[in-house]
Amino acid sequence: MSTRHVLLGLLAGGPSHGYDLKRRHDARFPGARPLAYAQVYTTLQRLVRDGLVEVDGTDADGGPERTRYRSTERGIRELTGWLGEITPPAPHVSNEIFAKVVVGILAAAAGEAADPAGHLLAQRAAHMARMRELTAVKTAADTDLATVLSADYALTHLDADLRWMTTTAARIAALTEEITTP
Amino acid sequence: MNNSPSRTPGPTGPRRAPILAAHALSKSYGATEALRGASVELTAGEILALTGASGSGKSTLLHCMAGIVEPDAGAVTYEGRRLDGLPEHARTLLRRTDFGVVFQFGQLIPELTARDNVALPLLLAGVRRQAAEQRADACLERFGVRGQAASRPGELSGGQAQRVAMARALVTEPKVIFADEPTGALDSLASEQVLTALVHTAREAGTAVLVVTHDAQVAAYADREVQLRDGALVPEPAAATATARVAGDEH
Repeated sequence: MSTRHVLLGLLAGGPSHGYDLKRRHDARFPGARPLAYAQVYTTLQRLVRDGLVEVDGTDADGGPERTRYRSTERGIRELTGWLGEITPPAPHVSNEIFAKVVVGILAAAAGEAADPAGHLLAQRAAHMARMRELTAVKTAADTDLATVLSADYALTHLDADLRWMTTTAARIAALTEEITTP
Repeated sequence: MNNSPSRTPGPTGPRRAPILAAHALSKSYGATEALRGASVELTAGEILALTGASGSGKSTLLHCMAGIVEPDAGAVTYEGRRLDGLPEHARTLLRRTDFGVVFQFGQLIPELTARDNVALPLLLAGVRRQAAEQRADACLERFGVRGQAASRPGELSGGQAQRVAMARALVTEPKVIFADEPTGALDSLASEQVLTALVHTAREAGTAVLVVTHDAQVAAYADREVQLRDGALVPEPAAATATARVAGDEH
């Protein structure tokens, strides 16, 4: 995800401090990794360097001095351009599980201790455990909608993995034959 | 992640005595072997998902455990009593008092309103009409379809009809709910609403739920998953192996 553009989006509503931007990011994207303050700071520096953001002023109100940032005209144009861009539909899906199945078949054929079918079962159990956790989070009585939607995103992706693992497990004998037949 | 405190212990934790158990069930339909020695246990208050591909035997297993179908071999035990071999009228009575059943298509009675559909099992059990209707309305309220109480099934959306069917299955406060692909005909949002209502209601009442599904997102509402393949259970992967691999340990 583009932290630059998310910060530009948060600044579209008005000037803000780095710490407030971090706090608002973390609240808006509950399933995402929380932003490190240092990352907010360096991203803001680069946005200023590129003329997309400028310093609006400083506040002290008793505590340490804090810099207030605001978006520039160019920043707004950059933001709306990004919002209109289509996200590439994953041109190169990296699939570690598939790699383990194929390499596991090769290793087992070479007499090593590898069990690709058993591995798929164990991986399914791990996926299901994570899906149960996410489902418990999203069905808890006081969960906000952003958290529900973020859990849904993770759930549908894990479900896609699981469907793939199910069909792969059903066809592992044929795959083994294909891979191990010279 | 905080799991709800009512969750049952995992496979390694202490297990309570099962409320319902299937032991080594076999069942054939003509030349087709639907079940080949399937065993599964359900503890009180547990939500268990039975998953597997089409034809894996999961629906047959549910039907045997609900006393709807008689297995050819093996035993079904409910609260310590053999269920298979009971005369049909005894099984029917048990299904009326202790079990609730929901299918993929709610199978509501089209001529009756939602309220009357839900009140029906109570009326059959001898509850007086006014009390039955009050309890039906309270149950419809829990499933968020109180506003549809006077509608007939043909006037309901798929999700609403399925919530009425859930209310009908739970209105008698059964000890076990059997749900066979309960959201199979619903879109994902309606499915989420139906399952959330089912899980919350079952947890509050301590009702055990056996849900048959081919959908992992549905199975994730359960405490535990049991997989079927070719009429038998897929053995659980060794928990230690799964943990070690998730943790990224070297062999």
